Amino acid sequence: MTVERSRSRFSRLVSVVVPPIAVGGVIIGVWYFFSYVVLDSDRRFLLRAPHEVVRKGFLDRENLGEILAGLASSCRVALVGLVIATILGLALGTLMSLSKVLERALFPYAVVVQAMPVLAIVPLVGFWFGYGFSSRVFVCVLVAIFPIVVNTLFGLLSADSGLHDLFTLHEASRATRLRKLMFPAALPAVFAGLRISAGLSVIGAIVGDFFFGQGEAGIGQLLKKYASRLQGEQLFAAVIVSSALGVAVFLVFGWLARAVVGKWSEESRGR
Amino acid sequence: MSDLSLRGISLTFPDGTEAIANADLDVSRGEFVSLVGPSGCGKSTLLRVASGLLDPTNGSVSVDASSVGYVFQDPTLLPWRTTRRNVELLAELRNVVPAIRRERAERILATVGLTEFADHFPRTLSGGMKMRASLARTLMLEPTVCLFDEPFGALDEMSRERLNGELIEIFLARNFAGVFVTHSIGEAVFMSSRVHVMTSRPGRLLEPIEVPFAYPRSPEIRFTPEFAAICGRVARALREATS
Ligand SMILES: Nc1ncnc2c1ncn2[C@@H]1O[C@H](COP(=O)(O)OP(=O)(O)OP(=O)(O)O)[C@@H](O)[C@H]1O
Ligand SMILES: [Mg+2]
Repeated sequence: MTVERSRSRFSRLVSVVVPPIAVGGVIIGVWYFFSYVVLDSDRRFLLRAPHEVVRKGFLDRENLGEILAGLASSCRVALVGLVIATILGLALGTLMSLSKVLERALFPYAVVVQAMPVLAIVPLVGFWFGYGFSSRVFVCVLVAIFPIVVNTLFGLLSADSGLHDLFTLHEASRATRLRKLMFPAALPAVFAGLRISAGLSVIGAIVGDFFFGQGEAGIGQLLKKYASRLQGEQLFAAVIVSSALGVAVFLVFGWLARAVVGKWSEESRGR
Repeated sequence: MSDLSLRGISLTFPDGTEAIANADLDVSRGEFVSLVGPSGCGKSTLLRVASGLLDPTNGSVSVDASSVGYVFQDPTLLPWRTTRRNVELLAELRNVVPAIRRERAERILATVGLTEFADHFPRTLSGGMKMRASLARTLMLEPTVCLFDEPFGALDEMSRERLNGELIEIFLARNFAGVFVTHSIGEAVFMSSRVHVMTSRPGRLLEPIEVPFAYPRSPEIRFTPEFAAICGRVARALREATS
């Protein structure tokens, strides 16, 4: 029994771990193939081999230090931006859920903010507010706020009408209804929104930094610098680091959602 | 004066749907009446009017609104609360002192046989257990009038018969005024002292059919000829009501 159990667990682990590793291996193989077979040696700078990227991008003290400092800077911007977007988004979503008039008045502008391309926002923000920390955070807030507003609003409105009847029947005040019914009902949606917004905030921080091109150097500026200097190894390392940040954010917020609502939410089960 | 008294109730929805036409219903403590009728005839609407969730277009409702318990067709539990905390909900909304609330919840959980599942979340409960929790939640406020809208409609025959028996026991212990909506004639006759048949929309209430069996009733009375005869009368009234 125990043996069988542990074996099935082992085989399950294998079936989870092996396929992505296999694909990763194929990708690295294709990468080597292009780097050494497709490209001539004088054009190899376009795609350095994986071990070169690791050696120069990650193992070289100075390069790694620069990339990590950039990463730290972008993380700070993204985090502060996300916190502000979350606070504002929750407040706006809640206000809109309380009043149909407010919802009608504000929703179109939330859509406008969402529809504005980052490319259009960034120069304008720089032009108005300069290239410092607060401008970068502002960009993050603009790109990250929409999913939180929308998910808060729809989450708050998602509570079952039978439950609303129950609260009405027992003369619950508006505050009680909000606290005991609508907010908890909104949690799964809010966390789903938070996960999306966190990813957007990271992108906002990197893109903002890329276009500002001045002030404290984040990942965006490094990407630009490495590309213009043809430093392929560092460029790749920076790309890998920024994707890793995105993945980490996705995982952390997924875990956070499961920790908060996983016990009771039907949706987040088994994910 | 009855504990629940509906006089000349009519209700037309804003979209023009005429749901109820001139319905009268009186139920006092110690009476358990059933309400049967074709689908869409206005039974749920009548309960909503009785509970105060809906205002009638015409007619008057006389009931102490704060002592009405309402068990919906769905269990409508809060998914983020454990069984125990769900059972405590209405007592919280009505500001029952925590100590009393907890003590009462403990007792009622035992009554409906959910003590073991007190700390489970609704998603891990079976349909029957969810309905028991919903019932327990309503009992927490010790209502004098209890409205049941097809509470066991979604359950299998066996759970249903068990819950029928248990609900009657609770009724006998607590002596509230019960109004029980159902689609099942057998269930209506077994549970109640009086069966009201409602006509197709707009719903009117026909002359009630008395069920003379004394409580407590054994499940076996379902197989007696007298029981069958009353079911036959209800079925005939229903046919009449639908045509
Ligand atoms: N909010 C509403 N607006 C308009 N019409 C409604 C509304 N609620 C119910 N109705 C209509 O009123 C009629 C009675 O509905 P009700 O839900 O009371 O029927 P019911 O007897 O409970 O039916 P069932 O046995 O299927 O539960 C139906 O025709 C329904 O379509
Ligand atoms: Mg109904």
